[in-house]
Formats: sequence, structure tokens, C-alpha cells
Amino acid sequence: MFTEEQIRRYSRHILLPEVGGAGQRRLLAARVLLLGAGGLGSPTAYYLAAAGVGTLGICDPDVVDLSNLQRQILHAEADLGRPKVDSAAEKLRALNPDVRVVCHRTGIDRGNALDLLADYDLVVDGTDNFATRYLVADACHLAGKPLVHGSIFRFEGQVTVFLPGEGPCYRCLYPEPPPAGLVPSCQEAGVLGVLPGIIGTVQAAEAIKLLLGIGRPLVGRLLTYDALEMDFHTLAVHRDPACSLCGDTPSITALGEYGFSCEVGACPTA
Amino acid sequence: MFGFSEEEIRRYSRHIILPEVGGRGQKKLRESRVLVVGAGGLGSPVAMYLAAAGIGTLGLVDMDRVELSNLQRQLLHTTADAGELKVESARRRLAALNSQLRLELHPVRLGADNVASLISGYDVVVDGVDNFPARYLLNDACVLAGKPLVEGGLLRFHGMAMTIVPGSGPCYRCVFPEPPPPGAVPSCSEAGVIGAAAGIIGTVQATEAIKVLLGIGRPLVGRVLTVDVLEGTYRTVEWGKNPRCPVCGEHPTITSLRELAEYDLACDLPGAGTRAP
Amino acid sequence: MKADRELDLKGEICPYTFVKSKLALEEIAVGEVLRVVVDYPPAVENVPRSMENEGNEVLSVQPIGPSQWEIMVRKVG
Repeated sequence: MFTEEQIRRYSRHILLPEVGGAGQRRLLAARVLLLGAGGLGSPTAYYLAAAGVGTLGICDPDVVDLSNLQRQILHAEADLGRPKVDSAAEKLRALNPDVRVVCHRTGIDRGNALDLLADYDLVVDGTDNFATRYLVADACHLAGKPLVHGSIFRFEGQVTVFLPGEGPCYRCLYPEPPPAGLVPSCQEAGVLGVLPGIIGTVQAAEAIKLLLGIGRPLVGRLLTYDALEMDFHTLAVHRDPACSLCGDTPSITALGEYGFSCEVGACPTA
Repeated sequence: MFGFSEEEIRRYSRHIILPEVGGRGQKKLRESRVLVVGAGGLGSPVAMYLAAAGIGTLGLVDMDRVELSNLQRQLLHTTADAGELKVESARRRLAALNSQLRLELHPVRLGADNVASLISGYDVVVDGVDNFPARYLLNDACVLAGKPLVEGGLLRFHGMAMTIVPGSGPCYRCVFPEPPPPGAVPSCSEAGVIGAAAGIIGTVQATEAIKVLLGIGRPLVGRVLTVDVLEGTYRTVEWGKNPRCPVCGEHPTITSLRELAEYDLACDLPGAGTRAP
Repeated sequence: MKADRELDLKGEICPYTFVKSKLALEEIAVGEVLRVVVDYPPAVENVPRSMENEGNEVLSVQPIGPSQWEIMVRKVG
């Protein structure tokens, strides 16, 4: 049963026919893993916590750096040098004490990925480099976990949902990582601070739709966004029967090596 | 360099690296003054992202106090802030994010008597109000003052945004000539909203404000963005000026601000939102 | 060659080597030359590449001492 306080807190959800009391109970029972507490993870974590998602796992190895504060609204000046997971947990608990925040102060790698995922219903990718993105996509597919993908670059971003067994996976869209050097190194790129705000918030909305089983999630659709033009496009994307991960005869059946393109650890969080 | 401290260079390095922003743009942001009307579902992400981006001065208009029912979407506030003035709670959060930000708090109710003076000192106004009367008032005041206004609205799973630059595109009344008749929009107390929808529209509004301030990209002038979060559809629709618009048309009938009561047609409670055009 | 502006970035690391170079480039006039001194080895490749990506003309990159390099760049457009 809801407490009096919960009824007030979630009243705007309970009023929605698509959510209602039953939906709110589902959110409170849901477990979501956020990979990265940076530019994308900040708004995602905030909106999922505000919505009353019961368990939020936050996985990030980094500490808060001054250059993060231009876009990572979970963190404040007083948090400089502090582990991002601790700073995030403090803000989220202050916003909503109903949320159990689980801190994983680690990067995700082939050794821990499947263990990390095991406790969660759904994964939101807020990581910032290709190596990790392929690892996460592979791990979620192998573990059968829905994955809300988001990525940003300068003024552009994209969001899609990978639902194992339905629609394409990340490798259907991008079979192989780009060759090193083709993508500007992290320090050359730059990003409009509010860009991850939009992309991360769309990711939060998609996560809530998946948890509630409502609406039409971005499965088989890639949403692209250009902040300068303020243009959104939705591209239909399909499962590739020859995909090395989710195709008819997959060659990837376990997590492999992912050391390419960008030195992990050298990159700022998205 | 551009008078930036070592700390500013580090903090805003991701902007400085962007050719479209650079040191010049970051300096412009530092000199900019933005008024955010409403410290709620839309105003929260707008204010937080503008503060993070290094806007120099942020004005915040809101006379309400924090309620538990706000916290499902209003990130500026925390559970401990319940009962406090929203502008005070916002001040704490924004100052913690960026101590260099100058905050101007206006804990007043927006009215025909104060709107012109409230907006006068700012370069751009961002609409985060939650009711139609205030929305029309703000539109009319900004058009009459020639002030850019970034509009945003929400209802349930739907949202809309547009940027009004008086003289170079339609205003809110060109798109929605009159407030909806009573009953056409679900009464305020019936309507719920999904928090992330507020986040999407609010971050779009912050983006538009930054683009207008920097003069970069193509803002939503002459276009209306509509979002259906449930369907996952994000569309922009071209929209021209209405020559018969009562406030910005060829023969305007609204040439001064009327009493707010005259705007108070559809809804006297907070919570009404948007319609798709 | 004489530089119109000098920037000593010894002790500075990436990405701030480029961030500060970019700020200096924004401040000088088109056609003027900026001389940047760095001692952070990755910057020797990253900074000139980023400068070129932005359309500037990198005139030379050379060692000027133990673990010290000089980058000469002309601002274009």
C-alpha cells in the first residue's frame, strides 16, 4: 500500500491512466542499472529517482572533476574530487528517500559485466566510449536485458532501445567499432552542456515506458537529434540476420576484448 | 584570455573547444541575463542547465512553495525543502552547482502590473509557467517589449516548444490565437504528467535560450516542436506568422497588457499545459 | 619566424593544452602566428591536429629542448 506521503509524491503519475497506482507500484519495484553518472547519467538518474524507480544501481569509477560541472547536474562544486557514485547517491536520496541507490564504484569490464547486470531489470547506457559501448551491448544481449542506448557528440545525439529478441542490437547498427583515429579523440571534441541533458532525459522516458510496458518504445527506431538545427529524426533500423551478436548464426557467444579506439579511463564521462 | 580565470577555463573547456561556442561564446554567456518564469517542472532543468553552462545572471520568478507532489519532476527541490519558497530552494541548488552565477529571485505572482518590469532587465525570457493565463500574458508582454521568449508546455505525455523572436516569426497567439475554451483541455486537477517529459521540454528550452544568446544554429523560430513521449515521436512543424494575430499581426488589437483576470479564461488552477497545434 | 603571440603551456596537460591554444587563437587576428610551447608528450600530436581540424595552418612542430616542443600555427579564416 502507498503511504500518505507516497500518494502525494506520485499523484501526478497516479492521475495518468497509463501509469496509475498499479504502474507506480511497478516503478517502485523496478531495478535499473545506470552505467555512468556523468552527462547522460545525471538527468537519467534524476528523473528515474524522481519517478520513484525503487532500485537504482549507479556504476562509475570516476571522481567529480571541474570540467564535468558544465553539464553533469548531479554534481556540485562541493563534490569536486569525490567519487561520482557517492555524489549521485546523496542527491538522489535527498530528492526521493523511496529510492534505494546502489553504488558500484567501478568501471564495467568483461570480468564484472554479467555479474553487475544480473541484479537489474533494465540497463541505461551513459558511457562515453566505443569500447565500453560494445561491451555493454554484448553483455546485455547475452544476459537478455533491455538496454536504453544513448550517445552524444558536440551538438548531436541519438537514442534507441535494444530489446533482446525484438528488433536489432547495437552491432546490427554498427557491426564494428570505428578504426582508431577516425573519431576525434575525446579531448578534441567538446560538447554543448545541455545536449546530454536532452538525450539522458529521453533515455529516462524510454526506461519508464519499458518498465511500465506502455507506449511505443524506441525499439527498431533510432532517434537522432541535432541541437543546433533543433531537428529530430527517427530512422527505422532492423535486425541483421548476419549480425555477429544477434544474427542467425552468431559468432559472439561470450564477452571478448574491447581495447580499441580510445584509452578507457582517459576519456571524460559523457 | 578573455578574462577567464584558470578555473573558468577548466570548467567550460568542453564549450571552449566547440568552434560554435569558443572563448567568445563562453564570454557572451557569462555576460547574459536570462529570466526563467516558474521554478517547477520546466524551470528546474532550464535553470540547472543554464547555471551549469555559465550564464552570468539568472532571474527566477515563482511565488509557490515546494510540495511533495512537485518532487516527481522538479529537480531543483528536495524532500527537505517541502513547504519552503521554491525560489529559495532553487537558490541553494543553483548556488551549489555554480557559485559564480548571479541569481535574482522574484517571489511574486506574474501579473499585468509587474510583467513588463520583470522582463525588462533580461536578454531572453524562458516560459516555465503552468497555466494558460500566465502563458498568454507572458507572450503578449514579450511581443510588446520585443523580447525573445522561449516557450514550452506540457500535458501528460505531450510537450511542445517554440522560440518567439518578435518581428521574425510567429508568437504563441499566432499558433494558439485564444486560450482553449473551458472543458476543452482536461481540468487541471485531472491531468497528470510524466516527469521526463518536463525534462525533455525544459532541456530543449535551455538549448534554445543558449542558441538565441549566442546567435548560433537555427532556433525554433517559425517552427513548433511537438513531442509525444509515449509514442516516441519528436516533430517540428513549420508555422508562419498570422497576419491577423491580435498581438503581433498587421492590425493588432492587443496593444497594452490587460488585467490578468482577462487572461483567466480557461483555468484558475495550476496544472494546465499544452495542446498540439 | 617571429610569433605574434606566445603561449607557454609547460606543465599543462590535455585537453587544456588545446583549450588554451584555442582561446589564444580566437584572440589573435587572421594571418597572425601563435607559438605554443608544450612539455606534455601527447599534446605534441593532439594540439596540432586539433588546430588543423579547426582550419588553421600548422607551420612547424619541433623539439626545442629535453621534453619540450614548439608548435607554430597561423590563424586562418
